Amino acid sequence: MPLLPPRWRLVLLLLLLLSLPIAAGLAWLLLTGAFDRVHGLLPVKPPDLRNWRFLWEAIGGRPPAIVPLVNSLIFASVVAAVELVVCSMAAYAISRMSFPGRRIYLGLVLVLHAFPAVSLIIAIFYILRLLGLFDTLAGVILVKASLELPLGIWLMKGFFDNLSWDMEMAALVDGMSRYRLFWKIAMPLVRPGLLALGTFALLSAWGEFILPFTLIVSGRSWTMAIYLQTFLGEAFTDFGMIAAVGLFYAMPVVALFLLGQRYLLNIYGGGVKG
Amino acid sequence: MIGRGSIGGGGGFGRGRDSPSPSERYAAPVVFLLPATILIVLFFMLPVVTTIGLSMTDISTLTFRQPKWVGLENYRALLGDPSVGRIMVNTARYVVFTLLFNVGMGLMLALLSTSIPARYGNQFRAVWLLPRILPAVVYVLIWQGLTREAPFGLVSDVTGISRNWITAAPWSTIILANGLVGASFGMLIFTSAIRAIPQELFYASAVDGATTLQTMRRVVLPLLRWPILFVTAYQTLSLLTSFEYILLLTGGGPGFYTTTVWALHAYNLALSNYFGNVQFGLGAAMAAVLVVIGIVVSLLYLRVFNFRALVSEPKVEVN
Repeated sequence: MPLLPPRWRLVLLLLLLLSLPIAAGLAWLLLTGAFDRVHGLLPVKPPDLRNWRFLWEAIGGRPPAIVPLVNSLIFASVVAAVELVVCSMAAYAISRMSFPGRRIYLGLVLVLHAFPAVSLIIAIFYILRLLGLFDTLAGVILVKASLELPLGIWLMKGFFDNLSWDMEMAALVDGMSRYRLFWKIAMPLVRPGLLALGTFALLSAWGEFILPFTLIVSGRSWTMAIYLQTFLGEAFTDFGMIAAVGLFYAMPVVALFLLGQRYLLNIYGGGVKG
Repeated sequence: MIGRGSIGGGGGFGRGRDSPSPSERYAAPVVFLLPATILIVLFFMLPVVTTIGLSMTDISTLTFRQPKWVGLENYRALLGDPSVGRIMVNTARYVVFTLLFNVGMGLMLALLSTSIPARYGNQFRAVWLLPRILPAVVYVLIWQGLTREAPFGLVSDVTGISRNWITAAPWSTIILANGLVGASFGMLIFTSAIRAIPQELFYASAVDGATTLQTMRRVVLPLLRWPILFVTAYQTLSLLTSFEYILLLTGGGPGFYTTTVWALHAYNLALSNYFGNVQFGLGAAMAAVLVVIGIVVSLLYLRVFNFRALVSEPKVEVN
C-alpha cells in the first residue's frame, strides 16, 4: 500500500522506534564483548582483550572453547548435509514418481510439518538410550536432522514441482537411469532450493539448544550452545567474557544470514518455531 | 510409461525403448524414500508410541531398568496434583499474551513495512528476523544483560528503577522475549498476503476518497482474514509446546512454579535432575497430553487449510 513521501517518512520513523529494542540488544552484545563493563550502552572501561581469554584458556573446569567450536561445526554441517540429501531424495520421489500411497505419504509429511516435534523430547531421550546413541554427537545429529525432514521435504518438493520436465524426459529416453538423472540433472536444477534449505539447516543447527542440552552430557561432546549456557547460571557472572563468548558464537550466524538472506525469507515464512 | 497427466500428447513417446518391469517400477520410489522413512519412523512415529507407552509406567531414576505397568495411574496423579491448576493457568497466560503480541506486532510490521519503498521495507524485515536466527542462548544472554540492576542494565537505566527485571517482572520478560522472535513469522506471511492484493483495489479506494486508515480497515484487513487465522492457529500449537526461552530465562521461577508452563513442567519432571529423582513416567504423561493435542490439531489444520489442493497429483508421472 504505497504512501506519499512525506507520510512514509513518518512510517519510517515509527518502524525505527519499534526496532529499537533489537538494535539495543545487538549493540549491548558488541559493546560488552569489547569493553567488559558497560553502563546501559555506555562503555566505562577501555577495550579489554581479557574478555576473549576463553579462546586460549580453559575456564573453570570447562573444556577449552575449541572443543565445543569444532563440535558445533561438525554438528551443523553434518545436519545440513543429511537434510539436503535425504529431503531431496524423498521430495524427488514424491514430486516425480507415481507409487501406491503417495498421497498418504505427502499427507503424513504435511501433518508432521505442523506437529510440534519438541513435545517428543522425553521419548527421544529414551529411544537414544536404547539405541546406545545417548551422549554422542551422532545421536543428536540424527535427531536434529530427522525433526526437520518434514519441512525440508515439503520445501524441496515445491522446487522439483516447478522444474520443467523436458530435460528429464530427454535423458530418460536416452536410457539414463533415474538415479543418475536425479543426481546429474534434477539436483543441479534445484540449486536455489538446496541453498535455501542448506542455509536454513546450518543456522538452525548452529543455534539449537534444547536437543544437545538434553541429549549430551559429557564436555567432550558439548556444542557452543551448551558451552555458553554453562556461564549463564553462574553466581558471579563475568558479563564481559560471556558477551565475548556470545559474540564469538553468533558471528557466523550473522555472516551466513547476510549471505543467504535472499534464499531464506521463504522458509521462515513457512514457519518453524513459535 | 510416461505421462498420464499433463504431458498427455507425448504419452507414447518414451514407451518403446525401455518399459521397466513392475519390480523396477517400484524399486526407484522405495530407494528414494527409504532414508527419510527410516528417520521419520525412528524419531517421529516411535517417539509418539513411546511417549504414550512410558506414560503408563512408573519409570523413574530408581526403576529405569525395570519399569512397572501402572495403567492410567500417572494421569490420575496429575488430576489430583494441586500445582497442575496453576501450571494450566500459566500456560494459558503464556500462549494468549504471546500470541496477541505476535499477531499484533506482525500485522503492524507488515502494514508499515509494505507502505514505504521496498528497499527500506526489506531492511526492516531483515532486522526483525535477527532475533529468530540468533542462537537462543545468545538471545537470552542479551536479555539478561539488558535487564540487570543499575548501573549496568539498560532497562534499569531508562526507567530509573534499579531492578533485576527478569525476577521483578518475569511474565513481561518472557512474553516480550518470545514475542520479538515470534512476530517475524506473522510479519512475513502478512507481507506476502498484502503484496498479493491487486493495486486496483488501492486506486479504487483512493478514488472513493478513503483515508489510509479507512483503506486499512475496510480493504486490507478483511483480505488478511485467512493469513491471520493461519498464523494464530499455527502459533497457538507451537507456543503450547515450546519452553526453550522460559527454561533459559527463568527456569520456571522465580520461586515456586511462577512461570512454569505445561511443556516445561513435563520436561523438568522427566529430564531435569533438579528435583533429584526424575519422574520419567509422570513427565511422559504430561508430554502425552501435548502429543495428542498436537496430532489432533495438525490433522485439523490440513482439513481447514485445503489439503486437497496441496497434495494434488504430480504434474508428470513416470512409472
